[in-house]
Amino acid sequence: MALLKIKFTQQRRVHLAQGLWLLSWMAVMWGGVIFCLGVYLKTELLRRAEVMDNTEIHVVPNILMMVGLASIGTNWVASRVCQDSLDPTRFPRWKVPLLAWFAVATVLCCLLIAVVALSYALQGSLEESLKVGLRNGIRFYKDTDVPGRCFQKETIDRLQMEFRCCGNNNFKDWFEVQWVSNRYLDFTSKDVKDRIRSNVDNRYLLDGVPFSCCNPTSPRPCLRYHLTDNNAHFNYDYQSEELNLYSRGCRQALTDYYMELMNSTGPGVLSVILIQLSVLLSLRYLQTAVETAMVLEDPEGDSEGYLLEKGVKETIEDLKINALTMLKFGQVDPNAAEGSSEVADAEKDEKDAPPSPAS
Amino acid sequence: MPFMPVKFNLQKRVKLAQGLWMIYWLSVIVGILLFSLGIFFKIELRKRSEMMDNNESHLVPNLLILVGLLACGVNAFGGKVCHDSLDPIKFAKWKPMLKPFLLLCCGFNALLLLTALLCFLMQFAVYLTLAEGLKNSIKFYKDTDTPGRCFMKRTLDLTQIEFRCCGNNNFRDWFEVQWISNRYLDMSNDLVKDRVLSNVEGKYLMDSVPFSCCNPGSPRPCIQHHLTNNSAHYDYDHRIEELNIWTRGCREALFSYFSSMMTSIGVLIIATIILESVDMAGLKYLTTALETMEDPENPECESDGWLLEKGVKETFGDLLAKLKTLGKTNQVVEGGDSVSIL
Repeated sequence: MALLKIKFTQQRRVHLAQGLWLLSWMAVMWGGVIFCLGVYLKTELLRRAEVMDNTEIHVVPNILMMVGLASIGTNWVASRVCQDSLDPTRFPRWKVPLLAWFAVATVLCCLLIAVVALSYALQGSLEESLKVGLRNGIRFYKDTDVPGRCFQKETIDRLQMEFRCCGNNNFKDWFEVQWVSNRYLDFTSKDVKDRIRSNVDNRYLLDGVPFSCCNPTSPRPCLRYHLTDNNAHFNYDYQSEELNLYSRGCRQALTDYYMELMNSTGPGVLSVILIQLSVLLSLRYLQTAVETAMVLEDPEGDSEGYLLEKGVKETIEDLKINALTMLKFGQVDPNAAEGSSEVADAEKDEKDAPPSPAS
Repeated sequence: MPFMPVKFNLQKRVKLAQGLWMIYWLSVIVGILLFSLGIFFKIELRKRSEMMDNNESHLVPNLLILVGLLACGVNAFGGKVCHDSLDPIKFAKWKPMLKPFLLLCCGFNALLLLTALLCFLMQFAVYLTLAEGLKNSIKFYKDTDTPGRCFMKRTLDLTQIEFRCCGNNNFRDWFEVQWISNRYLDMSNDLVKDRVLSNVEGKYLMDSVPFSCCNPGSPRPCIQHHLTNNSAHYDYDHRIEELNIWTRGCREALFSYFSSMMTSIGVLIIATIILESVDMAGLKYLTTALETMEDPENPECESDGWLLEKGVKETFGDLLAKLKTLGKTNQVVEGGDSVSIL
């Protein structure tokens, strides 16, 4: 009892082959689009690699690129099969490769579904990586004379200006680190000495932020020093005033940006899954229809196409038996060993028997 | 004596028609490119129009858009004519339109030349508009509560950050205007009163710049206040120290941006003029080659093609004579009148 049988006339077979050829070229194009999406996502992640601690999130664009390339190859093969399908001399050579093709296409669809799941699952890992990376960036902001860290200041400043954010969680992160290098501090000044002695680690801490935290849309010229001191500025209340700094933290800003990027690739990936599945099913129908037509007396006549030759359960049983017989090739068959020893005994009896009448 | 004659057989005619068809479609693509460049230029001018007092001239981008559209139309028509040229029946219906079409192409080339000239000359106008506009922008920086100017601060800050510049000529322009609004000044404070009384107009002037002048690439945290006061900062001498604010003026930065855009558009237009001239020459050769076929029924026969039927001087002489006769049709012929009276 075949699964989902459909009758195919010669004309329907021809139409199916032509339609599938077009569909597989469309799938090749979409495979290219997925590859480009993967490349774009990877480039964006690499651009901000300095504020990320680990590269776990890179698995998403890597899989996208791999699947894109594989899908271009697989669907190109599908289009070649379509071209050969209506020629009875050329089609039989595709018999075995098609089995491999179906396996590869199924694996591709599973990988694409995995990518969609991963892009949501790895959000936590991305946030952790950004938290550690930004914390280090803020700590090393002042080290513009240390080789290997001299561009940390510029990176963090440009990041804060571009993503309109300040600090790791918010601007108060800048109050907890010394972001002014000792080279620019006058250690003879009373104010500096007080601040340094006010904490255990002897760091020059102040309630100020770098200029890159300033928000240009604020109507007031940027206030970035003595933020907690209401008397330092005219008509200023730290608690109630809408500060003219960016209120968002950079970790949140970057996570939102990358999540949005990955979500926008979602519809593209889903449509590729749908197209790949339809190519898979149509190619199976074409294969079975053409094969049944070739064994008929009249190759131009009607034939049947199906998804599975027998029902689902029977096909699984068959596959199990096939797998077990393949495994048994390596084992010695005990029945066959007994049979051969019996035959040897019988031959021996026959050999013993003739000499006795002679003597 | 035709000008630059060339002999054509069937194969040469076919090759000319095919090659010309491809060049015409290339010209259509160039026309689309000119159109999109015109739109891009218009959008850029609109984006920075606040810096230019909203009276910048949109002549060049409008001309570019017009020229781009015309190029697409003219070259598509030329391509169609080439496509039909080897089929005598189809070509016959295009024949009467060819002379006006070539004249139109000449006029179009002249328009392209005018646009290229404007691209180079209007840069002066942009420079002057920028100078005036930036001066006013800096003056109105503090007016974030005045309707119509409340976004000047944001625009100027974002421009200084994007173009890495400070002030009009340089950062000292900020020392000459009051860029902090009176709403945020404590008028009862002595320091403030001193500063306000220190100048004739009662403006609160300081030797400081806004935060958008800060250079993120500088190793030192940004010093934007008390720039001329060496003792206000540790280890600081404003004469010798490389300041950590942008030293370039915004007028120079914006002008170099617009001028490089306009120069490259001008170069592209000159390339388009050359391409259009090649198109015209090719079309003239093709049409004359098709017209001079001795035996129209036999496509294999040879023919001549040329650019001008007579030499250059004679053609000009003819043109001048034609213009003179055009002028004379309205005049009364004296000899004729006297004969009729008699």
